[in-house]
Amino acid sequence: MARAVTPQRKAVTTLAAWTVALLIFFPVLWMVLTSFKTEASAVAMPPQFLSADWTTANYAEVWARSDYPRFFLNSVIISLGSTLLGLAVAIPAAWAMAFVPGKRTKDLLMWMLSTKMMPAVAVMIPLYLVFQRLGLFDTRIGLVMALMLMNLPIIIWMLYTYFKEIPAEILEAARMDGASLWNEIVHVLTPMAIPGIASTLLLNVILAWNEAFWTITLTTTKAAPLSAFIASFSAPQGLFYAKLSAASTMAIAPILILGWFSQKQLVRGLTFGAVK
Amino acid sequence: MTLSLRALLGATALAAFGSAALAETTITVATVNNGDMIRMQGLMDDFYAKHPDIKVEWVTLEENVLRQNVTTDIATGGGQYDVMTIGTYEVPIWGKQGWLVPLDDLPASYDVDDLLPPIRGGLTVDGKLMAAPFYGESSMVMYRKDLMEAAGLTMPDAPTWADIEKAAAAMTDKSKEQYGICLRGKAGWGENMAFLTAMSNSFGARWFDENWVPQFDQPEWKATLDTYLHLMNEYGPPGASNNGFNENLTLFQQGKCGMWIDATVAASFVTGKDSTVAEHVGFALAPDNGLGKRGNWLWAWSLAIPASSQKQDAAKTFIDWATNKDYLALVAGKEGWANVPPGTRTSLYSNEEYAKVPFAKMTIDSINSADPNAPTVKPVPYVGVQFVAIPEFQGLGTTVGEIFSAALAGQKTADEALAEAQAAVADEMTAAGYIQ
Amino acid sequence: MSTHSTRLASRLMVAPSVLLLFVWMAVPLAMTLYFSFRLYRLLSPDRTGWVEITNYKWFFKAPDFWLALFNTLALVGGVLVITVVLGTLIALLIDQPVKGQGVLRILVIAPFFVMPPVAASIWENLFMHPQNGLFAAAANALGAQPILFLEKYPMSSVIGITAWEWLPFATLILLTALQSLSSEQLEAAEMDGAGAFSRFRHIILPHLTRAITVVVLIETIFLLGIFGEIYTTTQGGPGSASTTLPYMIFKQAIVAKDIGRAAAGGIIAVILANIVAYFLMRGLGRNLDA
Repeated sequence: MARAVTPQRKAVTTLAAWTVALLIFFPVLWMVLTSFKTEASAVAMPPQFLSADWTTANYAEVWARSDYPRFFLNSVIISLGSTLLGLAVAIPAAWAMAFVPGKRTKDLLMWMLSTKMMPAVAVMIPLYLVFQRLGLFDTRIGLVMALMLMNLPIIIWMLYTYFKEIPAEILEAARMDGASLWNEIVHVLTPMAIPGIASTLLLNVILAWNEAFWTITLTTTKAAPLSAFIASFSAPQGLFYAKLSAASTMAIAPILILGWFSQKQLVRGLTFGAVK
Repeated sequence: MTLSLRALLGATALAAFGSAALAETTITVATVNNGDMIRMQGLMDDFYAKHPDIKVEWVTLEENVLRQNVTTDIATGGGQYDVMTIGTYEVPIWGKQGWLVPLDDLPASYDVDDLLPPIRGGLTVDGKLMAAPFYGESSMVMYRKDLMEAAGLTMPDAPTWADIEKAAAAMTDKSKEQYGICLRGKAGWGENMAFLTAMSNSFGARWFDENWVPQFDQPEWKATLDTYLHLMNEYGPPGASNNGFNENLTLFQQGKCGMWIDATVAASFVTGKDSTVAEHVGFALAPDNGLGKRGNWLWAWSLAIPASSQKQDAAKTFIDWATNKDYLALVAGKEGWANVPPGTRTSLYSNEEYAKVPFAKMTIDSINSADPNAPTVKPVPYVGVQFVAIPEFQGLGTTVGEIFSAALAGQKTADEALAEAQAAVADEMTAAGYIQ
Repeated sequence: MSTHSTRLASRLMVAPSVLLLFVWMAVPLAMTLYFSFRLYRLLSPDRTGWVEITNYKWFFKAPDFWLALFNTLALVGGVLVITVVLGTLIALLIDQPVKGQGVLRILVIAPFFVMPPVAASIWENLFMHPQNGLFAAAANALGAQPILFLEKYPMSSVIGITAWEWLPFATLILLTALQSLSSEQLEAAEMDGAGAFSRFRHIILPHLTRAITVVVLIETIFLLGIFGEIYTTTQGGPGSASTTLPYMIFKQAIVAKDIGRAAAGGIIAVILANIVAYFLMRGLGRNLDA
């Protein structure tokens, strides 16, 4: 499947790709570097690249100052919980819309997306009141539900498009063979849909992980995830860029690692499908 | 009756989690993430040793997010918090609404008469203390002694705005990125408007006359804004319309500002380990114009108990611990006098040890020269030095702050900005029913 | 398996999503609609009542309303153009056989992992600040005057920061779509002597249309509601130069605590979003079926 590529061309594209990637990545890298500087060195002018006072004190302080594991656990439960629950609801819906499209399918899809049109701040008080009355305030289950519903349209949309990529002929063939609906989904569709599902999972876990309005508004202590952890390090009195950088490095490191693994998974899924 | 029921409920909840202590009460305390508050969280062993039956859960957030969360909670009767950290702006408003539990039954050892009068005055509603001050601050001039000396100038302890302008002109050297004066420009009722409102007091300006008619069309405001824009345009750093407290702190610490007029709490930072100019910093009172009022503000981060709290006794115990004299001694013993939360108690400033802290005297003098009940030269219908303690002020202050910030960015002239501010505030005050 | 039962089954499969989303949409919408006709200020609970359309009128009469509307569309449009164009180019680039592809991918999507408030704060203070920022340092090193990004070009700066945050989203989706393109087809075209541009124009781009459509629609919905980046960096200023509709609502809801006005703003925002979505669907909807 690999096309023949001259070494020169590969070198050029490699160089170009790395330049672009590093440019995009640079602010993140700068943040990580800043997290290892002293506060004074973090804002020094001219900026310090190699001459900085390197230190891990920021991490020690951030760790000592707040209960990172608890925030972390909440983030994992909320982002993974809402995404998995969302997938469970969305996979059948996306499947049905992709393979048994009706006249209204497109309208239905658009309507789903339109449930996200209300700006969060405008419904802050209404949702706050609902959460309070239902006893969902500061509960993980409340946040899992909220983020699931918030991202459900996105999940359905992404799955719908990935499912659409699957050639209908394969389904026809399976149906000819007399496969049941269940068999069709489990044995024919799912293997082909894995890369799509994986990238949907990844993107929505990130969206939920980074959600920083509702997760702070609807929690106090028990269910507060890493967004609240970050909010306790931003903009206090005094210099804080290094500590904020350390805190946010700690917040993104786990999900970056997850992203790394799922990328590999994704690529493997793709090549696997192609070989087959 | 209710107490035992509460204890019972608490015990059931705890038993469900298999916890050992039977009578333990957990209180939720919401605080800002400022240094003094963070330090308190590190000293909790002392509290637990004295009160093993109370457990404290922290919600630590940056100021704006915290304010948003506690305001929503208290206004909707959420009851999520047992102790809230709020400022002198919130206390009078919330106290009047009956949202706070009066702290008029604190033990004698608390010595409520020891609280600094201006601070206590700002936290008292209808004769009852509604919140206990954790630390108090005013604003003052921080300046570079070395640069002043090089320019052949000395800073008076109580400068006038003319002194400030002269010093700013002498210390500015834009080619070396050295700016005579750094002031807040970032829009917001707690950012540029805190500074400008306090500054306007020293020019005799006021937000409203006795009939709540806005006063931005008066010459006093014109003089305030003209002076501010002149200082910043001639001697301030470029792009200042986005500089708030933190940005200016960074600039000052890097030695790029000759003067900075801001919160007294900054004194410990500009003389601290992150500062490149630590040994050169001098302090002076905020400037005046000879009208009897200085341009400094008054603020106190204070602990209050929302009326919706179900654990008011434990909350009171905690507040007593966190704001009494023993706490100051505790911090002094562990972290040194310079790190004691400042600006709340008279006894602290009569303490000889504390008098050695370089910014102690200037802080107390600044606090004592502010009067929230008579902030400016002419009479006003409101309480508050750098704010107006009415519910509408956050919106008003931010709107006016944006307009003035645009003037600083050069998008509007001072006259246009003042006319716009006047119209916007008049509209809102009419809509809110203050102006008939 | 009959078509009839398939239809029924498919309805049943869609039903839970529809039901959930309907409740999720209807309850807050109804409450918002209710509040939008009420006087409801969090800090003045004693003053309440019906105020007809006063809250709506306030928005239409606000001096920055039309500018905010324009800025909202500029933000959406600007970020869409940047992310789709750059996203396509980057996806094409890292889809090539290059060394260290796995690492490259993660570097490119990394910005998406940074929480938006942190991203905005870092851009503001460590990059764009006229005295402390890296850009200023670069300008000084070149002997130039530092650019006052947030003062002189506030809207472009906000668009830039937001585009940086959303670029990975577009890239990732486009890349995934690109990888499902069969290489046989491309090889065949190459054999036929089609140039790189012509291959892109006639094979790759048509293949990407659905992915692009999805990126555009999803991003539009997200971008129409953005306020956090603006609050962190420019506070909607200087003046109201970078105020958008959601930021206006934010100021009413969070700063002024006027829930009635915020609700009215929310309803206006929903109407605006529907108009935008209507045109997008007319322009791009076809691509979804393909």
